[in-house]
Amino acid sequence: MALLQIAEPGMSAAPHQHKLAVGIDLGTTNSLVATVRSGMSTVLHDEEGHALLPSVVHYLPDGSIDVGYAAQAQQSQDPHNTIVSVKRFMGRGLKDVGDTAQLPYKFVDTPGMLQIQTRVGKKSPVEVSAEILKLLKQRAEKALGGELTGVVITVPAYFDDAQRQATKDAARLAGLTVLRLLNEPTAAAVAYGLDNASEGVYVIYDLGGGTFDVSILRLSKGVFEVLATNGDSALGGDDFDRRIFCWILEQAKLPPINPEDTRSLLTKSREAKEWLTDHAEARITSLLKSGDLVDLTLTSAKLKELTQHLIAKTLNPTRKALRDAGLGVEDVKGIVMVGGATRMPQVRHAVAEFFGQDPLTNLDPDKVVALGAAIQANVLAGNRSENDLLLLDVIPLSLGLETMGGLTERVIPRNSTLPIARAQDFTTFKDGQTAMSIHVVQGERELVSDCRSLARFELRGIPPMAAGAARIRVTFQVDADGLLSVSAREQTSGVESHITVKPSYGLSEDEIADMLQSSFNAAESDKQARALQEARVDAERLLEAIAFALKQDGALLSEVEKKEIETSMEQLRNLMNTGNSHEIHDAVEALNHATEEFAARRMDASVRKALAGQKLNTLEL
Amino acid sequence: MTQSITQNHFELFGLPAQFSIDLDKLNQQYRKVQSEVHPDRFAAASGAERLKSMQLATQANEAYQTLKHPTSRARYLLQLHGIDTQEDTNTAMPGDFLMLQMEWREAMEEATDARDIDALERLLAEMRKTGRQFQQDLQQQLDENRAFEEASGTVRKLSFIDKVQADVEQTISKLEDA
Repeated sequence: MALLQIAEPGMSAAPHQHKLAVGIDLGTTNSLVATVRSGMSTVLHDEEGHALLPSVVHYLPDGSIDVGYAAQAQQSQDPHNTIVSVKRFMGRGLKDVGDTAQLPYKFVDTPGMLQIQTRVGKKSPVEVSAEILKLLKQRAEKALGGELTGVVITVPAYFDDAQRQATKDAARLAGLTVLRLLNEPTAAAVAYGLDNASEGVYVIYDLGGGTFDVSILRLSKGVFEVLATNGDSALGGDDFDRRIFCWILEQAKLPPINPEDTRSLLTKSREAKEWLTDHAEARITSLLKSGDLVDLTLTSAKLKELTQHLIAKTLNPTRKALRDAGLGVEDVKGIVMVGGATRMPQVRHAVAEFFGQDPLTNLDPDKVVALGAAIQANVLAGNRSENDLLLLDVIPLSLGLETMGGLTERVIPRNSTLPIARAQDFTTFKDGQTAMSIHVVQGERELVSDCRSLARFELRGIPPMAAGAARIRVTFQVDADGLLSVSAREQTSGVESHITVKPSYGLSEDEIADMLQSSFNAAESDKQARALQEARVDAERLLEAIAFALKQDGALLSEVEKKEIETSMEQLRNLMNTGNSHEIHDAVEALNHATEEFAARRMDASVRKALAGQKLNTLEL
Repeated sequence: MTQSITQNHFELFGLPAQFSIDLDKLNQQYRKVQSEVHPDRFAAASGAERLKSMQLATQANEAYQTLKHPTSRARYLLQLHGIDTQEDTNTAMPGDFLMLQMEWREAMEEATDARDIDALERLLAEMRKTGRQFQQDLQQQLDENRAFEEASGTVRKLSFIDKVQADVEQTISKLEDA
């Protein structure tokens, strides 16, 4: 393996070097990758010039995997092994996915998240999504001529913790460093707002292939503040196709049909829907494998009638988001339409009628999310020097704990600005009780059984006390990705009980490691080599970041303090060539610990400077 | 030891510790602080800086939310003066306010049974109006008279109104879904 090159501290050119960062829109129907080049956000194309990559993965008999158009072409021939709209299954159990009977897959009901039985074995939605991400990574690295520093991946704003975690796991499996999970409507707002230098309250109406999101944002001077968000993570263009599909079955009086015919009629349905965007009627013809002939004409009026209730289903969340933001339709300056499904004229009409103004459609609804994600990726990777873009996003669904009687105790309300932390105190129920079971849920309903179960864990080692004497503080922290971590400690005794939150969904560390290994089809030594490589990259990044901080703000430290940090850096630098992944990891932790005080002082200083900014400027003049 | 950025929420944003605040200034200062400490500014920084950034951004959000809403702002101000508003324990309310409470509850039940969203919206508007009256009282009690015990009682009333308002909003939301 080639040795990494490491520059002397302070000598590194890295902070000024352009970092390769991209934004990825991992969509239900199509995925895209975009980047900022010469100050412009642009979508990256494949060799044939396609911007969109169909989010379709085909597992072939010879063990190879097709992704995109090639896979899409196979979906009617080989429906069991061609996975479309996998995003609908991310972080979802079998019971969460309603109409499995209409889908051509062999689902496996595994705890937490379902799996799909293919000819090459059981595949988790995370693995399927990772295949799409790997291809986009390749596309980006080829176009940009280097390895990616980091990516921003967009998720529906209404995705819960399990769905977000699944997305992050997929990125890790694809070998990507995730700088941030960004909400799709917020990404669209960035692309839109920066283009139009808009100020005021905007609504982002995002109807994608499988998800619906609505976000209300206040835009002002480069600050994008999400006031409220709502949506339906199981409603999208797919549902319109399915309505047409059911109509075809009804009209053609077809007997139960096989998976191949189902897939091909669903494709015909989508084509008819798209045709009706610019035409008054669409002809649907298909000769089924069963020998039945379908020959029907669908008018746009009929389509409107068939899908009316779906459109109505988008207006309820819109109403709720407005109410949560404390605003009325009259406060809204513009509505930005996002997602391919917003091309349907009946959707545009319904939105125009609801808000009393025509929605904005000047940006390509398929690309706007990726374009915005690329802008944010560029900022996060540190390529912009002027700090003029700030996104303040919210948590879409309330977080709570199960209390007596299966009721939810809300700890963090929906639409709280991220990051956020909240603590809740609990006590014991019996004398001498030494353990407590904690169940974390997400959702708005009163009954725990109606909410999404996120994690269950046991808090052990509580010192025996009389009932009600112990004070157990459970702290929820939701980070800027919208991901939750929970910790608990007993207050009165000062005993901190360390707990590991074992998610009742998603993948464990071990499972991810196993998947990484099997995807490389490699031996144990390769697994170690990969871990070492990852640890070295981590270490290098950290050394670079600290060298930069020292150069900028070294004056905040005494000579002794500076020396301590430098010694710690030296130790890590030595270990990088000789140590194993664990030793490097420990040295990284040690260096992080050694720089905590420095980090705090740096931030203190910058806040003071920002708040005093105006005064200082006047003085200087 | 680390010198923390601030002792309290008002100081964090460089605002005087009083009930009447300049909301525009609060918004402005909040954005300035977040521009410096938000995790997005530290996505490529060291672990120590990312952790500190998350703590400070969390604190700024907490402080902003507390100061933005009148009820929580008053409650917090009283806390700074060492007064617990006892919202969970002290349920004694003046007779006229109890009457008002009952009227609202009745109106809410009636409108809910009749599935009358407009009536619920009107009820919300009425509660907001009453709330604003109490907020004016608070300004006098807290900023001018420094009558903290009295202010404590006003906070309990406002807090009650907030709860009923949330109930009404949730009812409206349910009716719309049905």
